[in-house]
Amino acid sequence: MAFLHTAASSTTGPRSGLKSRSWTPYLLLAPGLIWLVTFFIFPILSLASTSTMVRPDGAQIGTYVQEFRLANYIDAFQANQEQYIRSFVYAGIATILALAIAYPLAYMIAFKSGKYRNILLVLVVAPFFTSFLLRTVAWTQILGDEGPIVQTLKLLPFVGDSMRLTSTPFAVVSGLTYNFLPFMTLPLYASLERIDPRTLEAAGDLYANGLTTFRKVTVPLSMPGVVAGTLLTFIPAAGDYVNAAILGSPSTKMIGNVIESRFFAVVDYPTAAALSFTLMATILILVTLYIRRSGTDELV
Amino acid sequence: MKREELAPETKALIRAQMTRRSLLVGAGAVVGAGTLAACGTGGSTSAEGVVDVSDTEKIVRWANWPLYLDFNENSKEYPTLKAFEAATGITATYTEDIDDNNTFYGKVQGQLSIGSDIGYDVVTPTDWMASRWIEQGYAQKLNAENIPNKSNIRKVLQDVPFDSGRNYSLTWQSGFAGFGWNVEKIPAGVRTIEDLFKPANKGRIVVLSELRDTMGIILQYQGVDPSKSFTEDQYMNAIDFLKGKIADGFIRKVRGNSYSEDLVNGDAVAVIGWSGDLFILKSENDNKFDFAIPESGGTLWSDNMLIPSTSTHKKNAELLMNYYYEPAVAAQVAAYVNYICPVEAAQPELEKIDPELAASPFIFPDAATLEKVKVFRPLTADEQTNFQTAFDEAIGN
Repeated sequence: MAFLHTAASSTTGPRSGLKSRSWTPYLLLAPGLIWLVTFFIFPILSLASTSTMVRPDGAQIGTYVQEFRLANYIDAFQANQEQYIRSFVYAGIATILALAIAYPLAYMIAFKSGKYRNILLVLVVAPFFTSFLLRTVAWTQILGDEGPIVQTLKLLPFVGDSMRLTSTPFAVVSGLTYNFLPFMTLPLYASLERIDPRTLEAAGDLYANGLTTFRKVTVPLSMPGVVAGTLLTFIPAAGDYVNAAILGSPSTKMIGNVIESRFFAVVDYPTAAALSFTLMATILILVTLYIRRSGTDELV
Repeated sequence: MKREELAPETKALIRAQMTRRSLLVGAGAVVGAGTLAACGTGGSTSAEGVVDVSDTEKIVRWANWPLYLDFNENSKEYPTLKAFEAATGITATYTEDIDDNNTFYGKVQGQLSIGSDIGYDVVTPTDWMASRWIEQGYAQKLNAENIPNKSNIRKVLQDVPFDSGRNYSLTWQSGFAGFGWNVEKIPAGVRTIEDLFKPANKGRIVVLSELRDTMGIILQYQGVDPSKSFTEDQYMNAIDFLKGKIADGFIRKVRGNSYSEDLVNGDAVAVIGWSGDLFILKSENDNKFDFAIPESGGTLWSDNMLIPSTSTHKKNAELLMNYYYEPAVAAQVAAYVNYICPVEAAQPELEKIDPELAASPFIFPDAATLEKVKVFRPLTADEQTNFQTAFDEAIGN
């Protein structure tokens, strides 16, 4: 028995070896696939099914029946297009600002920081050590009417007494930029750091000045980082609702706030689901176009 | 009550059937101690119903609003809760997990509907939300034998429209919604809507995101009684008023409990807020803030202790409720939270702790004070959906 057992288990013939090897990729994929199915595919399907439901007249709060009403999408979009467009505008501005701030920062860390590189990198991610929510609430104190910034600005001759920063689009966009800055900085740093310094030297040897080297060599080589960074900033920023809720006013609400309100306050699950789907679809289209344009297909 | 045709337990079962049919979730609905809910197509629920294990598992888990129970800053303990544990041998887990009625409901509703434990044995939603819990069968019927102190409840709270005779709920605390203001910025105070929307306050007014409080005050200003059967048109008029004040830049934000931060950091000088919060702010900031019920009328609301349908520690929860209805204990809580005490007999007890508080009409309101406030009437499901949508659209959502 023992012998047979060993013989059977140690069969390493070419055929059985191939067989077990052909299963290996699937086994390795299994945890990921199961995860995706449970936490992505299943919720997405349930969301899709909710989005076309209807509440029967007089039914209890939160009771919906499936009627495949696609008009839910049109109704939801028409009622909230203002916040919808605003979300993309704010997210777009925040992404551009974040790029403008993060590029020099990542460049400096990658090329000029010397022995301080690791410390600087830690500082970039340091904000994550405290809660996202608390940091945003802290901004209301910093930007508040009695806070240091407004009080200092009021000393300037051309700043009126009614000057304020919180509850303005400025505060919301600043909050978005600030909160997603590390997501822009890290991929930029990763791709800048990978640039071989010899390519820059070569550009210099070919009589390119600093600016031309930057334009013709550094920027093109860092494009994967730019694309990854902008996507990592734009996508969550477009769906964000925390910044608008804490730093904004009724006239700066974003689509995330509407979805939250329909889901929790009104208990209108179909509208919330339809809005989420529309948001998802729009982001998907924008991202596809963007990646096509920037010619970095290898990213996806 | 006429609308109580079906017992909440029955309704819950019917609803569970409907839900299963629509293939949303498949699992057993489990409601009421001892109710046998025969169903379950999988899911993590105890298909044989909720069994009260209070006697073997000496715990009770309580979700409440922030700053809503006496707390000792030095020892980091809740003195009354600690005394309860010592007296009964029940370990109480107290969490400040309710920050907003809607959000909390949204968070636990899915689990309640499939009968899976939400992790709490006592929850404290506000009247209209408590009404929804009871109506939808998410609250267990109380066993009066375990709560002899139930009779201590203030007379006006005895027969509320959503739970006549208090079979499912007991008031935790009540409060007023009215005007709060910064005394340094507005020495004259705020007593009318005109005072609130004075040009000097433009852009520094915050109102509550709780529909019933903000709209209740505006409706009364427009001469409509929110406790009576007002029409949708009257409600929409009040919404237009609110929209106008937002569009003109008078109202800076519409927020929940966090309006107190805006008062403290100076973004707001006047608010529509809650009595207890403002009295706490007042005492913490050298009388910098004050509160008044609007002359045209404020609102009165209560938060109610309920036992969720999924709770397996019903008896422990009832013992906890009973404990907090003891006058001496209720007085201790009132001394800290500054809201309206549901136990009238606690007044002499509070006098021993703090005579000034015991005389406050905002903790033990007299008839004259109660005359100035209204309880927002119950809304039908259709009204609730339309009114809430209109309100949320008005505040930018």
